[in-house]
Amino acid sequence: MSKDASQVRQKDMIARHFDRLAAAPDTGEKTAYTFVPGNLTELLLSFDLLPVLPEINALQSAMRGKTAEYIALAEKLGHSEDVCTYVKSDIGMMKSGNIGPTGQRLPEPDVLLLSYTGCFTFLKWFELLREEYHCPMAMLHVPYQPDGRITPAMRDYVVKQLKDEVIPTLERVSGRKYDEDKLKAHLTLAAQAEDDLVWVLQSAKHRPSPIDAYFGAVYYVGPIFSAFRGTEAAVEYYRTLRSEIEERIREGKGPVTPDGDMEQERFRVVVEGPPNWTSFRQFWKMFSDEGAVAVASTYTKVGGVYDQGFRHDPSRPLETLAEYCLGCYTNLGLPTRINLLAQYVKEYEADGFLINSVKSCNSFSAGQLHILREVERLSGKPGGFIESDLVDPRYFSAANIKNRLESYFQMLEQKRLGGAA
Amino acid sequence: MPATDLPALYGRAEALYRDYSLGSVREWKARTGGLAIGYMPIYIPTELLHAQGVLPVGLLGARDDLEIIKGDAYYQSYICHIPRSTIELGLNGKLDPLDGVIFPAICDVIRNLSGMWQTLFPKALVRYLDVPQNFDPAIGGRFYRQELESLSADLTARGARPYDPEALRASIGAYNHLRRLVRDLYALRQAAPWKVPTSELYVMLRATVVLPVEDAIALLQAYRAGVEAADDRLPLDQARVLLTGSFCEQPPLGLIRTLERAGCYIVDDDFVQIHRWIKSDIPVDGDPLDNLVQAFLSDSIASPTRYIDRGVKGAELIERVRTSGAEGVLFCAPSFCDPALLDQPMAVRAVEQTQVPWTAFKYSENTGQFQVIREQAGTFADSIRLWSQA
Repeated sequence: MSKDASQVRQKDMIARHFDRLAAAPDTGEKTAYTFVPGNLTELLLSFDLLPVLPEINALQSAMRGKTAEYIALAEKLGHSEDVCTYVKSDIGMMKSGNIGPTGQRLPEPDVLLLSYTGCFTFLKWFELLREEYHCPMAMLHVPYQPDGRITPAMRDYVVKQLKDEVIPTLERVSGRKYDEDKLKAHLTLAAQAEDDLVWVLQSAKHRPSPIDAYFGAVYYVGPIFSAFRGTEAAVEYYRTLRSEIEERIREGKGPVTPDGDMEQERFRVVVEGPPNWTSFRQFWKMFSDEGAVAVASTYTKVGGVYDQGFRHDPSRPLETLAEYCLGCYTNLGLPTRINLLAQYVKEYEADGFLINSVKSCNSFSAGQLHILREVERLSGKPGGFIESDLVDPRYFSAANIKNRLESYFQMLEQKRLGGAA
Repeated sequence: MPATDLPALYGRAEALYRDYSLGSVREWKARTGGLAIGYMPIYIPTELLHAQGVLPVGLLGARDDLEIIKGDAYYQSYICHIPRSTIELGLNGKLDPLDGVIFPAICDVIRNLSGMWQTLFPKALVRYLDVPQNFDPAIGGRFYRQELESLSADLTARGARPYDPEALRASIGAYNHLRRLVRDLYALRQAAPWKVPTSELYVMLRATVVLPVEDAIALLQAYRAGVEAADDRLPLDQARVLLTGSFCEQPPLGLIRTLERAGCYIVDDDFVQIHRWIKSDIPVDGDPLDNLVQAFLSDSIASPTRYIDRGVKGAELIERVRTSGAEGVLFCAPSFCDPALLDQPMAVRAVEQTQVPWTAFKYSENTGQFQVIREQAGTFADSIRLWSQA
C-alpha cells in the first residue's frame, strides 16, 4: 500500500528527530524528558532543548513487540504487577540499553520536565527516573479541573511556577536566557497546526467519514503531541494532511484501514480511552472488518482539547501554556468528560460509543463504567465496554475483545433494523 | 465508665469503627443542627471545618463484612477497593447524614471518584481539594490558601458559619491537642509496644475520625490513662517492625491482629494519617489560615502522594525506622494502590541501603484470609529474632 505524502513527511520528521537525539552526546544538543499531556514543547524549543517523550517510546516499543520483555524486567526489579505498564516498559527499556523506536540509543536526559497534568503516575514515574539519571528536575504542578472551568487561581499558580521554577531550571540546563519572542514565534506556529488538526478531526462529521478518528488519528496527532508542536515541520505536515483529507472528501472515500480504503461505512462510533498498542493493527481490524469507523475519540485529546476552541495564543505566552496544560482531556472532571462524549455522539451522528478500558491508566479508567451509564443516558445511544492494556500483551485477549465487539456491532445493527421497522 | 476500663473503652471505639450508618454523626447533627462533611484519606484541614461549626467525618472505606454489590458495578477488577465500598455505602444511604464529601488529591482513582460523586449525589457538596505539589509559600502556598478560602466559602454557602480567624485559632489549638495525644501514643507504643497493641490503637484512631475533636481528645485521653494503668500487659519476644504503605485504603483489623500474632510489634505505621499528617503543633498566633498553609508546606509527612522536591526520597522512612527502633520494615500496600506501589521500589532501595530487612505483601480492605500473610510475617519476625541477635 503506497503511503500518503503526509505519512512520508511524518516518518521523515520522526527519523530526523531520533537521529538528532542519537547524535546529541556528540553534538552537545541537550534533551528534556517530558510527558504528552501538558507538554511544553514550544518552551523547550525556545531553549533549543530536544524533547523525549517516554510515553511515546513505550507505545512504540509495544508496536515493535518489545514491551513484554521490558515489563518482565521491570517487575523482576521490584516494580509491582499492579502499576502502569508505560512506566515499567520505560524502566525496562532504560535497563536494556535505552534503545529507542528507531533502533538508536536514546541520550540520557539533561533535565526531567515533570509536567504533572492529569495523571498522578507521572509524578512517581519521574521520581523513579530521577533516581536513575540524577539530573535536574523541573516540576510543574497543574491543578485538576473538577468543575470544568479554569479559575484565575489555577492559571496564576501554573504561570508562577513557569516563571519562578520551570524557566529558571531550563535556563540553567540549557545555558540560554529565556527568549519570549522566540517562544511567541513557536506558539504562532503551534496555533496554525492546531487549526488544521481540528479541521482534520472534524472532517469525520462527513458521511462517509474520510478518517478514522481513533486508530487513524493516533498517527495524525503524533507530531502535535510529541516533539513538533510549534515547528514549521508540524505546520507543513498538517497542511499536507488536510489537503489529503479534502481530496478524500471530494472523492467520497472512507477512511484508510489496515487493508486499504474502507469500502462501506456501516457503523459510526465514538471511542473513549487509549488504544491497545501491542496488538494495534489486530485491534483496528476488529473495527474495520465490521465497517465500524471511529468518528471521534477522547484519546486524541490527551495532548490538547483543541476542537473545543483552545488555541495557543502567542500574545499571552505563559498564560496560554498554563491554559493548555489545564485543559488537557485527562485533567478534566468526569462530568466534563461525560458531556464531551455525549456531545461527540450527537455532533458526529454516531450510532453508539465504545470504551476501551486499559488496566494501566487509572486516570482514564477509574470511573469509566459510570461514564458508560451517563453517556448512554445523555445521548440515548448504546455504549460498549472492552478491556485491555496499553503496552502489556498479557492483557490483550483478542478472542474476548473480538467477541464483545462483534456482539456490540450486531446489537447496533439490530437496533437499526428495529428502528426502521 | 472508669478511665481505666479498657475493655469498655475499646468496645465503644469498636462500635464507632464498625458503624457503617454513622450513628454518632446522626446524633451529633440532631443535637447541633450543624453540617457534617465527609472526607477521604489522607489529609484535609479539619481545623477549618471545625472552626465553621462543621463536623469532619473520615471516610476510610469498609471492612470484609460489607458485601459490595453496587460498588463493583462501577469499577473494573484492576481498581483498588476503597472507592467501591465508598460508592456502596453512599448508594445504600449509609452516608446520608453527610452534607457533602471532600476528596483530597491522593491519586487518580479518588480524584475521579469526586466526579462520580458529583453526578451520583447532585445535592451534596462535592469538593475536590487540590493540594499543592509546589512547596514555595509564594507559589504553592498562595494557591493552597486560595483553595482553603474557596472551601471555606463553599461551606458557608451550605449553611456553615462564616470564616472567623479567632474560631480557627481555637480549632487549631484543639487539633494540636489531638495531634499531641496521637504522637504521644505512638511514642508510648514505640517505648512499650506491649502496652499499646497496634490492633487496639488502630481501632481507637478509626473511632476518632467520626467524632468531634473534643470527644476524640477525651477518648484518647481515657485510652492513654487506661494503657498506662494496665500493669498486666507484659512484654513478649516479638520483632519490632515498621509498617508502611497503608495510608489510604486501610487494612482489615484481622490483618493487623495477624501480624501481631505472627510475632510482630508494629512500632510505626501509616494508618489513619489525618492526625499525624502535620508533624508538630501549628502556631495559633498570627494569621491562622496562613499557619495552616505553612504547616502543610513545611511540616507534612513525606507521603508517597507528595512530590519530594528538595529532600531525599526515602529519607523520612529511614529516619522513622531509626527513631522507632524498628528491626524490619513491612511494605504493606493495598492492591492496585498507585501511590504506594509506584513508590515502593524507591522506598525499598532506601531501606536496603541501611541493611534493615524488609518484606512486602498486599491486601484489600475486605481481605478475609490471612494464612499466607501470617506465614510470611511469622517467618520474617523469626528471622529478625534469630539473626539480629547473632
